Amino acid sequence: MSLQRFVLKRGLVTIPLLLGISLITFGMVHAIPGDPIDFITLFTELDPAVEAEIRAEYGLDQPVYIQYIDWVTSAAQGDFGRSIITRSPVIDEIMSRLPYTLVMGVMAFGVTVVTAIPSGILAAYYRNTKIDQVSRVFALLGIAIPNFWLGLMLLLVFASGLGLFPVLPPTDQGLLSVEMLSYTLLPAIAIGTGSTALMMRLMRSSMVEELDKDYVRTARAKGLPERSVVRKHVLRNSLISVVTVAAIQVAFIISGSVVVEIVFAYPGIGRLLVDRVGNRDFPVIQAIVLLIGVAVILANFLADVLYAYLDPRIRY
Amino acid sequence: MAMLEVEDLNVRFYTEDGVVKATNDLSYRIEAGERFGVVGESGAGKSVTSLALMRLLDDPGVIESGEIRFKGENILEMSDEEVRDLRGNEIAMIFQDAQTALNPAYTVGEQISEAIRYHLGLGEAAAKERAIETLESVGIPSAAERYTDYPHQFSGGMQQRAVIAIALSCDPDLIIADEPTTALDVTIEAQILDLLEEVATEFDTAIQLITHDLGVVAEFCDRVMVMYAGHPVEMAPVEDIYYDPQHPYTVGLMSSIPRIGDERDRLQTIPGRMPDLIEVPPGCNFHPRCPYAEEACTRTEPELVETETGEPADPIESDAQVAACLAHTGELRGELDYEVTVRDAGGPGDDPAAASEGERP
Repeated sequence: MSLQRFVLKRGLVTIPLLLGISLITFGMVHAIPGDPIDFITLFTELDPAVEAEIRAEYGLDQPVYIQYIDWVTSAAQGDFGRSIITRSPVIDEIMSRLPYTLVMGVMAFGVTVVTAIPSGILAAYYRNTKIDQVSRVFALLGIAIPNFWLGLMLLLVFASGLGLFPVLPPTDQGLLSVEMLSYTLLPAIAIGTGSTALMMRLMRSSMVEELDKDYVRTARAKGLPERSVVRKHVLRNSLISVVTVAAIQVAFIISGSVVVEIVFAYPGIGRLLVDRVGNRDFPVIQAIVLLIGVAVILANFLADVLYAYLDPRIRY
Repeated sequence: MAMLEVEDLNVRFYTEDGVVKATNDLSYRIEAGERFGVVGESGAGKSVTSLALMRLLDDPGVIESGEIRFKGENILEMSDEEVRDLRGNEIAMIFQDAQTALNPAYTVGEQISEAIRYHLGLGEAAAKERAIETLESVGIPSAAERYTDYPHQFSGGMQQRAVIAIALSCDPDLIIADEPTTALDVTIEAQILDLLEEVATEFDTAIQLITHDLGVVAEFCDRVMVMYAGHPVEMAPVEDIYYDPQHPYTVGLMSSIPRIGDERDRLQTIPGRMPDLIEVPPGCNFHPRCPYAEEACTRTEPELVETETGEPADPIESDAQVAACLAHTGELRGELDYEVTVRDAGGPGDDPAAASEGERP
């Protein structure tokens, strides 16, 4: 099977997955106790006629499965309804916040990959030496420290203490301005550290395993220079398991952003989500949770494609 | 000067449990175009020896002393770069398990061409062409199409052929084949051995064949070295080993082979196990398992001697049959009391594995 066919086949599998995600999202949000009407009317007693009118406006008078079908069909067209709180279209609210979270997530992922893979390679190649031990200590710390606490400490030391970074996000700057990007670096590090630690150790162990493989010895016996033995015959194979975990890290980075955005007062969708959960703003919550689900599915899809590219046996 | 001369090679593994003496004062030579067999049980030091030849020993293995001269130059004194120029180019290796010796992530063709590109300095297209020719020469049908196949698309026998193709790709002068047929069934084994024989003759390549299969040795080799616990115990032209083994261990090995027409109910075995290489028995390492062992064997470590004369032998120079047993130096009171019965009148090419047998009391 060629790589194209694999991509197509794997792509088709995501369709039922997406439907499942939407069903679970919808179901969970509706299982939350509390009637949205109360939040719309701010818990005031209402004339039943007016209440019925409001219910009709939001489709809350329909049976649940009709609500679901309505929601999925319009969501598929990019229409997530209107926010109960602000009354503006949900899609607009999300689109105004999403770029911030995306930039932070990409930065966090970048920090992770750029530090985890080279340091994992070094730790593996110089296994059981000082380099390996130092990396082990950092990995342990990175995994053990909760990201929100790390975020607070980074703020305390680098922003408030050393003054290297602003304490609050600059409000008058564009998303891709230097000021905003440098502000984004700290939360990105806070989110990415745990993943970095995990991926570094994984990179190390899978590379140590790979270095012992017979075909690495074959490569050496061919007389290839050590550099190309490692680059060609060790690295590619050891990346296979790392790629899978990297995809899972995308999910961690997204969920991490929810907490860390609050610590850094960062205007992303994570903070939007937490704000709206408190207000039972169902349309917004549903949309954001669905979005996160889609992002994770997409990341896994990409990981599988990369996996198949790296290891030809997967394709057959 | 022989093409390869190994002199007093001592390989040690420094482990937490102690120092493993993997080879002890190992000396032998291989002439150009010669087929040299190395036989022994698992752990006798066969594979370690061959990895040492290419300086491919992994931690914690170290070559403590000795010389490995290839065409007169000591490999152990070469720079890493000089060794790399040798590996795959002048000395190539065929590994035991082809399935794991090939990288699953690259096509078979690429794994052959990369060495060609590196050593012979050929471009993509020329290297590919040469790789396809090599694949053809090892009997891969429609080699040009199979060039882009991945190892998992090859059968076990074809994978072993591909590994041989890698070894042959740069026309080496010496191929070290480390149990190249162990992972294969007998019919494929025969094909692979025929193939090796064919290419060795065609390119006049010397082969060091490591095996524990005496039948393979009989069929394939010119000279044989039998190893026990890191020591060479007997070295001789293949006919001598089969018709007239001179070391009790060799005798034991011979009589433990099942043969067609054999009337024995049980196969002979050599009692006991090969000693731990950290603490080898004093004197002759084999004495705890040797049916002829005497008190002298526990004290005196036997040297390699010419079995005819009992004179100390130089394993690099000598063409005669040499063995390391006190019986040949007259230090033993008893005799090596066994006889070899030749059942088949044919020469060693016919079916020598069935042709000789060491009888023990």
